[in-house]
Amino acid sequence: MGAVFEGNARGEKMSEALANVFWILIFPGFLFTVVFGLVASWIVRKTSALVQWRVGPPPYQPFVDVMKLMGKEILIPQDAQRTVFLAAPIVGLAGVLLLSTMLWRITIEPTRPFVGDIIVAIYLMVLPSLALILGSSASASPHATVGTSREMKLVMGYELPLVLAFVVVIIKTAGLVEPGQQLNLAAISQHAPALSISGLLAFLASLLCVQAKLGFVPFDIAESETELASGAIIEYSGALLAIWKIMQAMMLVVLPLFLVMVFLGGFGTRGWGLLWGIGKYVLVLVLLILIKNTNPRVRIDQAMKFFWFYCGTAMVIAIILATIGNYYGIGWL
Amino acid sequence: MFHVNAGACNNCDIEVVDLLTPKFDVERFGIKLVGSPRHADALLVTGVGTRQAAKRLQEVYRQTPKPCVVFAIGACACGTGIFSDGYHVVGPIDKIIKEVDPNAIIAYVPGCPPKPEAMISGVVKALSIL
Repeated sequence: MGAVFEGNARGEKMSEALANVFWILIFPGFLFTVVFGLVASWIVRKTSALVQWRVGPPPYQPFVDVMKLMGKEILIPQDAQRTVFLAAPIVGLAGVLLLSTMLWRITIEPTRPFVGDIIVAIYLMVLPSLALILGSSASASPHATVGTSREMKLVMGYELPLVLAFVVVIIKTAGLVEPGQQLNLAAISQHAPALSISGLLAFLASLLCVQAKLGFVPFDIAESETELASGAIIEYSGALLAIWKIMQAMMLVVLPLFLVMVFLGGFGTRGWGLLWGIGKYVLVLVLLILIKNTNPRVRIDQAMKFFWFYCGTAMVIAIILATIGNYYGIGWL
Repeated sequence: MFHVNAGACNNCDIEVVDLLTPKFDVERFGIKLVGSPRHADALLVTGVGTRQAAKRLQEVYRQTPKPCVVFAIGACACGTGIFSDGYHVVGPIDKIIKEVDPNAIIAYVPGCPPKPEAMISGVVKALSIL
């Protein structure tokens, strides 16, 4: 009797492990997010081209680019730190992979017990930037070093307003969800804090921080092509470069999705909810693209001043407004 | 594509930059200018190979991951053009690159400077052959 019971439990654990592998690698994890991400990066290139009165690349272009990069040789500079150079893109990919699986699982099955909450999402989001810093500091090139130092300063700049923006969201949803669920992403994504003054401020600030995290103009300081000859990832080629491109494509899915979940009321999965969710995601993506195409690149000191003094103060004001609104029960504050 | 200036008078370089403008728009063929030779599949080399640029051109060629194509843009790059008796000329760039890699794939787009339409047709023809 006991042996039969143990056999069953082991069988269940095995199939659950296999199911987890499937979720991470194929369905909403790696394969799905990569394909979705490459489509999103095509949308970015095509929209940028249309805004600039050009035609732009055909839809299969990002896929072909990544496949071509997989087929080229990997050149490692002689003085580079080999282990870190090779491991950095993989670490970054792992971070984005986990984050994307987590967010999609929460969207598809909101009632599942702890997959991850907003704190896990915040620290997984830092991992790709950290990987970029590590990888570029391991390439023995003065361009890469400058790119690294600028990326480090940029990360220090935008992390502050980003976390403060999420604090605003947590404060705003604190009164509306049961205690103990305040950090739960599924619970937060049921409400739309962007429909209030503090929430709107937080949404706008976090939109700019996401712009910096994705490495888009006006904050593509680390990878500025004309200034730094591709700065941070200058020494990467072949399959490693393909991993950086895939990572960027996945971030293009994950970060706007995260913004939609936290500020705009989540991504539905059935019928009209799905269409509305896709519409919100496209809205955030188009805002990012428009900001990208209408602004010049800023210097790193201008970027840090912007994030700390302007965004940071705006976020502090937003937190004060949110707390007052929560205390007195005013919803639109 | 990575653009290398091996001692050009800048005329061809200006025409290369023209290709990115909305009128000619090479991005519809999937062509993009990159900032590092390690990210490039094609090197656009302009200019006759001067003594100083020859070594650097060979170094840049070695840093480009194979398989890669070299486009010699302009009359100077194809065969030293009007500078053939100059004291600073080492040779046309195919001679310089073949010193490093005898099997290099080189495509020639002549002209002084070649019109953007000529460059586009040269690139498209080369892509369809490869």
